[in-house]
Amino acid sequence: MSDTVSGPLTAESIAGAAYIIAALLFILSLAGLSRHEKARTGVIYGISGMAIAFTATIWLTLQGAGATGAALTGLVLLVIAVLVGGAIGLWRARVVEMTGMPELIALLHSFVGLTAVLVGWNGHLQAPALAEDLMAVHHAEVFIGVFIGAVTLTGSIVAFLKLSARMKSSPLMLPGKNAVNLGALAAFAALTAWYVNDSQLWLLVVVTLLALGLGWHLVASIGGGDMPVVVSMLNSYSGWAAAAAGFLLNNDLLIITGALVGSSGAYLSYIMCKAMNRSFISVIAGGFGIAAPAEGDADYGEHREITAQATAELLSNASSVVITPGYGMAVAQAQYPVAELAHKLKERGVEVRFGIHPVAGRLPGHMNVLLAEAKVPYDIVLEMDEINEDLGGTSVVLVIGANDTVNPAAAEDPGSPIAGMPVLRVWEAENVIVFKRSMAAGYAGVQNPLFFRENSQMLFGDAKQQVEDILRAF
Amino acid sequence: MTRIGIVGEFGRETRVAATPVTVRQLAELGYNIVVEKGAGELSSFLDNAYAAAGATIVGADEAWGSDIVLRINPPTEEEIGRLTDGATLIGMLSPALRPELVEALAARPITALALDAVPRISRAQAMDVLSSMANIAGYRAVIEATHEFGRFFTGQITAAGKVPPAKVLVAGAGVAGLAAIGAASSLGAIVRATDPRPEVADQVKSIGGVYLKVEVEEVMTSADGYAKATSEAYNRRAAEIYSEQARDVDIIITTALIPGRPAPKLLTAEDVAEMRPGSVIVDMAAGQGGNVEGSVAGERVVTDNGVVILGYTDLPARLPAQASQLYGTNLLNLLKLLTKEKDGQLRIDFEDVVQRSVTVVRNGEKTWPPPPVQVSAAPPAQAQAPHAGGSAADTAKKTGLSPAGKAGLIAAGMAMLFGINAVAPAPLPQHFTVLLLSIVIGFYVIGKVHHALHTPLMSVTNAISGIIVVGALLQITSGNTFMQIMAAVAVLLASINIFGGFAVTRRMLAMFSRGNRADG
Repeated sequence: MSDTVSGPLTAESIAGAAYIIAALLFILSLAGLSRHEKARTGVIYGISGMAIAFTATIWLTLQGAGATGAALTGLVLLVIAVLVGGAIGLWRARVVEMTGMPELIALLHSFVGLTAVLVGWNGHLQAPALAEDLMAVHHAEVFIGVFIGAVTLTGSIVAFLKLSARMKSSPLMLPGKNAVNLGALAAFAALTAWYVNDSQLWLLVVVTLLALGLGWHLVASIGGGDMPVVVSMLNSYSGWAAAAAGFLLNNDLLIITGALVGSSGAYLSYIMCKAMNRSFISVIAGGFGIAAPAEGDADYGEHREITAQATAELLSNASSVVITPGYGMAVAQAQYPVAELAHKLKERGVEVRFGIHPVAGRLPGHMNVLLAEAKVPYDIVLEMDEINEDLGGTSVVLVIGANDTVNPAAAEDPGSPIAGMPVLRVWEAENVIVFKRSMAAGYAGVQNPLFFRENSQMLFGDAKQQVEDILRAF
Repeated sequence: MTRIGIVGEFGRETRVAATPVTVRQLAELGYNIVVEKGAGELSSFLDNAYAAAGATIVGADEAWGSDIVLRINPPTEEEIGRLTDGATLIGMLSPALRPELVEALAARPITALALDAVPRISRAQAMDVLSSMANIAGYRAVIEATHEFGRFFTGQITAAGKVPPAKVLVAGAGVAGLAAIGAASSLGAIVRATDPRPEVADQVKSIGGVYLKVEVEEVMTSADGYAKATSEAYNRRAAEIYSEQARDVDIIITTALIPGRPAPKLLTAEDVAEMRPGSVIVDMAAGQGGNVEGSVAGERVVTDNGVVILGYTDLPARLPAQASQLYGTNLLNLLKLLTKEKDGQLRIDFEDVVQRSVTVVRNGEKTWPPPPVQVSAAPPAQAQAPHAGGSAADTAKKTGLSPAGKAGLIAAGMAMLFGINAVAPAPLPQHFTVLLLSIVIGFYVIGKVHHALHTPLMSVTNAISGIIVVGALLQITSGNTFMQIMAAVAVLLASINIFGGFAVTRRMLAMFSRGNRADG
């Protein structure tokens, strides 16, 4: 401690000051990310904030530890960990396909969850000497932090597995699943009370396992179609985990940042739920889609097929074309040929626009990212509400790998499981061409009457292949 | 036999509450009609015409002493005193704007019905005096404007040269606005119209106007059929439109009124100054504070740059015969509703929403305001796009909480927070303060996030949540080797997050572009 700066300028006060700056930078970063023009500056703010917080903490730690052997080991470990972690992170970020973005983000969330669990466990092992009531608070903080962290960890892993199709995307239906969730929460409350009175390690083990199970169950019982909301919700959880760690470590920066991420993530999820006309509560509790078993047997009539050649002809005679992409475009990696198609049509004087459903894809804004990657100018990429009114006057709508988001049943059939969800009203256009691999139902497991409409034609096959064929036919 | 008295208004009012035509029909309901001498003179309805329709011409005192007194304007204190006990007064009382009048009426053992409080439901349209007066006012506003305007409305090509058509902007496409649009376009002018309710676009088009849409990300649907106050973003964009239009058009007619509130200011003094000399503005809301800066209620004002601003508040009264006829018919329809048996006995049924709504005072007992009536024809708004943003109120709507339930929940939350902080030991309350403020900031900071940026936003928040590395860093110098290893693993994981998150966000943002790059 000998080299601690004397006077009012202590290591803590300097670090504290740096933390405030970092917190402000994070706020600016989030604010910047709300607008296209300022988004890049926003990222710079975020990076600067992180750099300041990082440096200040390392310095604070070293000041506190002095020149002991442990400090030295710690420093070495730290450098290795940061270098390895940073390298892995940068490498993943460079090579990830834009279509794989949802998986990557889900996986990254799980890291935050795991980190929170580790920090919490360390908090148990290194209990500071405190007054009795503060000790109780400390124990509660350890417990809550570990709980949130563990829920985030397994929840994110399940989301990752579902998104990368390593796990079935249909919701897991345990009998009495709500009772399971509520029971887990009740058990958590009881265990917390116990642990506060008697901080045994095994209690911490139990709660960790409990939370891991709860996180797994929560996300496993949510269908793949709701994954955008789940990913955003997990983002929120990871924030709360950081905030809990902040309480544990008496660190305001962690609290501020955690709460920022937590509340903005929760709000984002809420916005998305509203866009899908779902109850926020039922999505996060995994309740959606149970009540409505698919009727399946209804006779929808015959669908008609069309060839790429005929599609090209139809398109070149069209005056306006709207393209509504969905997850299928991401899967087929068709964004580049689609962008080229849009470009070609525009050159021929056809008005081309994109209509994006708020929950198209597996991540909020997923389609926008893909189209941006393919250099589609963002002023012809419109949101559902902006384009819906114009669809009636559109010559041709190309539905590329979208299904539930263009399902007329949502608007017309009150008995449909997706009834009431706002959808792109593509069926009002003169012609609808649906790019699809087969007649299988969408993520929500609902048949789509659109395919059997008189103005709809199906173009079966791989979306990328088909779009390329159309381009060749021009 | 119940006697109905038609009283004169005199002063500035030119209209009268009944015409010979309606008098005859009132008599058919079983009433005995008396008309004050000279009451209809200014509307060109002479006493002998009333007498021919079956009414008795009487003096003022006798007319005021009737069982039912029909009026146009609200009565003065003195006139209230002239009513007999148990009498019924019917007129335009504006009870929402004039509480003192309601009190004065309730001080007497009388019944007062406000014809202008008829709810906007289909069944009550025949009694909707506000609509019929607004219709006349809108027409008259155009006539007043033509009178002031030194040129043709219609475009012509003559031997003496080409005459461009006048351009007219009508602000607010309610009844008055639509009447003005119709009148102006039938005179041959180019007519544009604005209104916060997009559903009126078709109506505007149908009578020859062009609807100027205010492009903001929200939709106005009012539950009660009237326009409501609008949001800030909308107002900003609307103000721009008005400024643009002011430079372009020759005539502006503003009709924007919000019930129970001062009229919204639509045109600023700068906008007016931008207009060409000789242009005309008719501010139909001048009586409620005016839509135009510089308009004076009831006056004709000429600005320094030669723009005429008419703030007339008596537009319907400038078409007295027509206004009296329509008013009289509205009144007749109300009395028909109140005299179902045609036996000359007035009965007010509070079960009927129309009758309930118009009754301001019943037998000296104040019954204003009535319970609200939901009448809008517009479909309820579907869930909005994400960018529309939400609010606490929306949340409550979603979960179906009543306002009381919401308030209760908020109160419970506050109480719990108070409880926790009151008993929590030293550092905790401070942490809670920080936590709560940050939650609020997080909520607002992304409130207006663009939909396309959801993914980058999420990946940046993900990177930022890697801040948990700070926690691990603080533990890495611990003396316990096991702890050190755990902390190191934590640092490693968080580092992946931080570096990966920021890098991937940058990569994504680099892709977003506006307009055409070299190739698509």
